[in-house]
Amino acid sequence: MAPVEPSLAGVEDYIALLKPRVMSLVVFTALVGLLVAPGHLHPVIGFTALLCIAIGAGASGALNMWYDADIDAVMTRTRRRPIPAGRVEPGEALAFGATLAVFSVAVLGVLVNWFAAALLAFTIGFYVLVYTMWLKRVTPQNIVIGGAAGAFPPMIGWAAVTGDISVAPVLMFLIIFLWTPPHFWALGLLKADDYARAKVPMLPVVAGLDATRRQILIYTIILAPVGLSPWFAGFAGSVYGVVALICGTVMLHLAWRVYRDRIGAAAVSSAKRLFAFSLLYVFALFTALLADNLLTRIGVTL
Amino acid sequence: MSNGADDGIVLTEEQKRRRRARSIAIALSLGVLAVLFYMVTLVKGPAVLIRPL
Repeated sequence: MAPVEPSLAGVEDYIALLKPRVMSLVVFTALVGLLVAPGHLHPVIGFTALLCIAIGAGASGALNMWYDADIDAVMTRTRRRPIPAGRVEPGEALAFGATLAVFSVAVLGVLVNWFAAALLAFTIGFYVLVYTMWLKRVTPQNIVIGGAAGAFPPMIGWAAVTGDISVAPVLMFLIIFLWTPPHFWALGLLKADDYARAKVPMLPVVAGLDATRRQILIYTIILAPVGLSPWFAGFAGSVYGVVALICGTVMLHLAWRVYRDRIGAAAVSSAKRLFAFSLLYVFALFTALLADNLLTRIGVTL
Repeated sequence: MSNGADDGIVLTEEQKRRRRARSIAIALSLGVLAVLFYMVTLVKGPAVLIRPL
């Protein structure tokens, strides 16, 4: 048996395994779910819930990097990650991710409630087992179905307060679920060669760039009205309605440009713009949802 | 047969520095966890405080 080399992993490598940028979106949407839910949660318990959701998301990221190290090694976007760069052993990442996954679920269950903990466990399991280990390598619908994992956090935040789920968290889930395909396929258009080299069957690789552009437009056409649905359902007020209307219109415009601009620098530029704006879109909608809720709570109606 | 002292892995200064950083990070995380459990115990129920000493 080969001698084990002492680890050269730094603390920053373990933080990188948690995918902090993905975690920021998870924490933010979970925070909104937690704050707009009816009822009261002590700030310490609320902080605990958010911490557990963040650590659970980080654990998913670490387990994803453990399993996908072979893919990460051949993609320019990911080859400097700790495992392909050789700073963290795959087994270390597996142990780190598995430990954090178990801890985050157990602590959420013991200190907050077991319904939220069960949702977190399902989310981690879905992301690691269904998306990472199964769908990602076999179907171009990988990020459509796998996107559900990224859509659960506001629902978990809501469940941390109420102990159940209702229409409002389902609408928040749907917004992120339908937002995921245009967001990732815009990136897929830009990184199609990378995915092809890694043999990941992303839609641009399997169905081609034009089919991907059509799918982006179709999903955005569905996303825009669903983005307005919390307003229609009476769950959000006019601040949210106006923001969702403006952002939905811009998303549609940018998706249309991606569909239209198919050649050269214009095609690249359109995909980049849609990718960048899609990040702003989800942050803007959830910020508006929070702002609307806070205004209502302090008695301001617009 | 080996004579003990020279056996085993000898860490370089860089490896020692990183191991120390990891150890500190683990210690801090466990400390935060202990404080969190303590605070949640205070928040969740007066029952845990109202008991014969």
